[in-house]
Amino acid sequence: MSAYVGSSVKRVEDLALVTGQGRFVDDLSIPGTLHAAFVRCDHAHARVLTVDAADARAMPGVHAIYTWQDMPVPMRGASVPLLVPRGQIDRLQLPDILVRDEACFVGEPIAVVLADSRHLAEDAAERVVVNYQPLPVAADVRHVLDADAPRVHSEQDSNLAGRLELAFGTLENVFEQAAHVVEGEFFQHRGSAHAMECRALLAQYDPMAENVTIWAGTQSPHQYRDAYAQVMGIAQRQVRVIAPDVGGGFGPKAVLYPEQFVIPACALLTARPVKWIEDRREHFLTTYQERDQYWSGRLALAADGRLLGLQGHLLHDAGAYLPWGMVVPHICAATVPGPYVLPAYRMTVDVAYTNKVPVTPVRGAGRPQAVFFMERMMDRAAAVLGMDPAQLRRRNFVQAEQMPYKVGLTFRDGSETIYDSGDYPQVQRLALERADYDGFAARQAAARVQGRYLGIATASYVEGTGLGPFEGVSVRIERDGRVLLNTGAAAQGQGHHTMLSQVCADALGVAIEDIHVHSADTGTIDFGIGTFASRIAANAAPAAHISGQKVREKVLKVAAHMLEASPADLVLIDGRVHVDGVPGHAVTLAEVANVANGVPGFSLPAGMEAGLAQTTYFTPERASYPNGSHVAEVEVDVETGEVRILNYVIGHDCGVIINPLNVEGQVQGGVAHGIGNALYEWMRYDDNAQPTTMNFGEYLLPTATEVPTVKQVHIECPSPLNPLGVKGAGEGGTIPAPAVIAAAIENALTPFGVVIDRVPITPDWLLEQILGGDES
Amino acid sequence: MSTQLPISITVNGIAHQVDVPVRLNLADFLRHELGLTGTHLGCEHGVCGACTVLLDGRSVRGCLMLAVQADGCNITTVEGLAGGHGNGAGLSVLQQAFIDHHALQCGFCTPGMLTTLSELLANNPSPSEADVRLSISGNLCRCTGYAGIVNATLAAAALLRGQSA
Repeated sequence: MSAYVGSSVKRVEDLALVTGQGRFVDDLSIPGTLHAAFVRCDHAHARVLTVDAADARAMPGVHAIYTWQDMPVPMRGASVPLLVPRGQIDRLQLPDILVRDEACFVGEPIAVVLADSRHLAEDAAERVVVNYQPLPVAADVRHVLDADAPRVHSEQDSNLAGRLELAFGTLENVFEQAAHVVEGEFFQHRGSAHAMECRALLAQYDPMAENVTIWAGTQSPHQYRDAYAQVMGIAQRQVRVIAPDVGGGFGPKAVLYPEQFVIPACALLTARPVKWIEDRREHFLTTYQERDQYWSGRLALAADGRLLGLQGHLLHDAGAYLPWGMVVPHICAATVPGPYVLPAYRMTVDVAYTNKVPVTPVRGAGRPQAVFFMERMMDRAAAVLGMDPAQLRRRNFVQAEQMPYKVGLTFRDGSETIYDSGDYPQVQRLALERADYDGFAARQAAARVQGRYLGIATASYVEGTGLGPFEGVSVRIERDGRVLLNTGAAAQGQGHHTMLSQVCADALGVAIEDIHVHSADTGTIDFGIGTFASRIAANAAPAAHISGQKVREKVLKVAAHMLEASPADLVLIDGRVHVDGVPGHAVTLAEVANVANGVPGFSLPAGMEAGLAQTTYFTPERASYPNGSHVAEVEVDVETGEVRILNYVIGHDCGVIINPLNVEGQVQGGVAHGIGNALYEWMRYDDNAQPTTMNFGEYLLPTATEVPTVKQVHIECPSPLNPLGVKGAGEGGTIPAPAVIAAAIENALTPFGVVIDRVPITPDWLLEQILGGDES
Repeated sequence: MSTQLPISITVNGIAHQVDVPVRLNLADFLRHELGLTGTHLGCEHGVCGACTVLLDGRSVRGCLMLAVQADGCNITTVEGLAGGHGNGAGLSVLQQAFIDHHALQCGFCTPGMLTTLSELLANNPSPSEADVRLSISGNLCRCTGYAGIVNATLAAAALLRGQSA
C-alpha cells in the first residue's frame, strides 16, 4: 500500500512559515535572558597578552565579561571535540573553547560579553582592550608547506596536517603506453554556505535538576549533546539540545564551534538564560567554509577513448583547525573516478593548515571539486581525441549490468565503495535529449552570425550519500488516536516532517494529517547522528517505515483481541481497524490505544506488549550512490565577460522518490548553489589572511535573475540497501554544476582559445582570457 | 545611553503609541518590542531582504531604517498579509500559492519574499516571469533556487486576475 510515498504531498511545514509563525531560535524569548556578544581576534595570528575589560564591565546593562580563565574548569582543559575518526592526521589542531593564548585566524573568539540586550553587549565588546603580539601569518596555501613558511601554530614543526593517498589498480607503464595522455592544473574555491539564518544559541540552566537545555540552530543535536556532556564530564541526561526551526544548514551547522560550549557555560555561570545570535559579519568571519584547492593530474586513454589510468595531486587549504578531520579532502579523492570504468587510479592529497577559518563540509562536501577535476580532464581528452565530450563519457560509463560496481576504493565511512544501482547511460541520454544537445550546433551557428557566443556542455557524477551509522524514528499512538513521530533527524528546510509523515502514514495505515512529527530534540529520542551527506532519506525514512509497520502489527494484535478475530483477518484503513469485508465490525485507533496503553489495574491480554510504540534505528550497511548528468547551455558576452545560463537540464537518479515536489526543490536549490560556486562566490583574504569579502555586496550570492528554472528528468533505480529503495537527493544539484558551467563557457569561447581551469569564473578574469586570445 | 522618543505606528491594523530607543531599527522593534517574530534578519546590511516589510504599501528593509523613522506610518508584516489573521486561519492568495508551488524550504527568507511580492502584485496584476525575478532580485534565498517562488507568484497573479474579473 503506497498512498503517499511517491506523490507530491504538500509540505506540512509550510503553514506556519508563510504566516510568520515559525519558531527559529531568535524567536524564542525567556524572561531574564542575557544577550551575548563576542570579542574576536583582529589578527590572523597573534599571541593574546592581556585582556582589559574593566571599562567595559562598568558600562550600563553589562552583567559579565568572561575570558578563557573564567570558563568552567573542564572547558579549560578541553578543545572543541573531534567528531570523526582521526585517521591519517599527523598534526591535529582543534580550537580552544575561548582563545587561551594563541589565536590562529581572524575572528577567533577571545572573550564574551553578557548584557541586558545585544546592543549593550556590542557596545561593551568594543570597549574591551586586547593586547596582542602579532605573529607571522601563513596565508596562501601554495606556500605554507615551504620549509621557511611561517607556522600556523607556533609550536608546530610543519603546517602539513596530514597526507592521504587513495589508489587502486596499477599505473605502471600506463602513461608510457597510452595512445593519449592529457594533463591539467586547476584552482578551485568554493566559499561559504551562507544559510539565510546565521548560527543561533539559547541556553538555560536549571539548578534544581542540574541540567541545561540548549536551543540551537544545528544540523546535529545529538552530536552536540554528546560533545557538551563529554567536555563537561556530565551525564548526557543533563544536556537537552533542541533544534527548532532552522533557517538553512548546508553543512556548517553540522559541526561544532567554540560558541556552542561558551554560551551554555555562561548560562551555568550566571544562572540566567543566555542567547547568542550570530550576525552576518561574524558568519563571514567564523562560520566554517570550504576554500582553496589546487589540483593537478594526468589522464591516460586508449586510441578509442577508453580510460586507462589517472593520477593526480591535490593541495587542500584546511584553515587553522581540523574540527571535521580530513573528511572533505578524503571525499574529494574518493569521488574523482565518478561514473567511469577506470582501471587504475592514484590521488595524493596534502592537507595544509593556514591562518584562516577552518574548512569543513559545505553542500557537496568536496564532491563538486572532484567532479570539476575529473570532468575537465574528460573534456580535454575529448578535444585531443576529436570526440564529442558526451560520447567520450558514454564510452566509459559503468553499465547498468555491471551493478553493483566495485570501484576499488574505501569511502570515508570506512566501507568499500560499491555503486549500488544505476543506469548512467540512460540518465545521460535523457538529459541530452531534453536539452536538444544534437540541435545545438545549429543554434550556436545562428547565434554566431549575430555576434553572440553560445556554448554547451555536459558533466556526469556519482555521489556517495545516505551514510550510516543510523538514524532513528519512534512512532507512538496516544490515547486519542494521534500518531506521534519522534526523530533525531534535524531539518533545515528539507521537508523531513512531510517526507517521514508520508512514509509512516503508508506503513501504519493512517491519514497523513493524523501524524505529528517532532524532530531534533534529544529529550524525545535517545540517539541521533545528524543531517548531512544527504543521509536522512536513506536512514530515517526506512526507520519510519519499519517503526510504522511494527506499530501497525501491534495495533492489529490488540484489535484482534478486542474484535475477537484473527490479526490476519483485520485491515487498518484511515485510522480504523475492521474485519476484512465487515466494515461495521471495527475499533478506532483511539480505542485500541486506550487498551494497549494501559487501563489502571487491568492486566493486558497474554503475550501483548505494553504501549503502541516502536523505536527503530535503521543501519544501512554502506553508502548509496545517486548519480546524474547535467547539461548547460550558456551565452558569454565577450565585451563584458558576463555569463548567462540559457538552458539547464538535469538527468537525475536518486532511487525511489518519496516526494517529487521535495526532490525537485532540492535539486533546483542545489543548482543555484552550484551556479554561485561556478560564477560568483569567492571568500577572499589578503596577504595577511585578513578577510576582504565581509558582506553580501563583496561576496555575491546568486539571485533570482541569475538562476534559471532547471529542467529535470528523473529515473528511479532503487537502492538495494534499504527497504524503500531510496538514496539521498540533497546535493546532486550542486555537485556537477561548476564543472558543466565551466565547460559550457569554454565551449562558447572556442574561437578565442580560452581555457577554463578555475572556479569561480569571474567576469573580469574571463574578459582577460578573451582579450588574451585571438579569434581565429 | 540611548535616548528614547515617542512614536505612533500602526502595525497590521493595530495602532501603537510607544517610546522607542532612537537607535533601534524597525525590524528589531517589530520583533522584540511587538513580538512579531515573522520578520527575520538575515544580514543586517540591507542586501538579503529577509526583513522586508511594507511601509504605507511600499517595501522597505526593516534593518535599514530606524523605528522612529516609521513614526506615523502604516506597517504590514508577514503576520498581517492575510488581513490580520496571521494564525493560519486565513492565507492570502500568494501565501497559499507559496505552499502549493513549493516556494519555500527553510522558510527564513519567506517573509521578505512574501512582502516584496505582495507589493509587486498590488502594483502589477500581470507580471511577466522577468518582472517577478527582477522584483525579488534584492531577496536572497539559499534553499529553493527561486523557481518555486517565481511559479507561485505567477500562479497567484493569475488567480487574483480571475477573482477581480
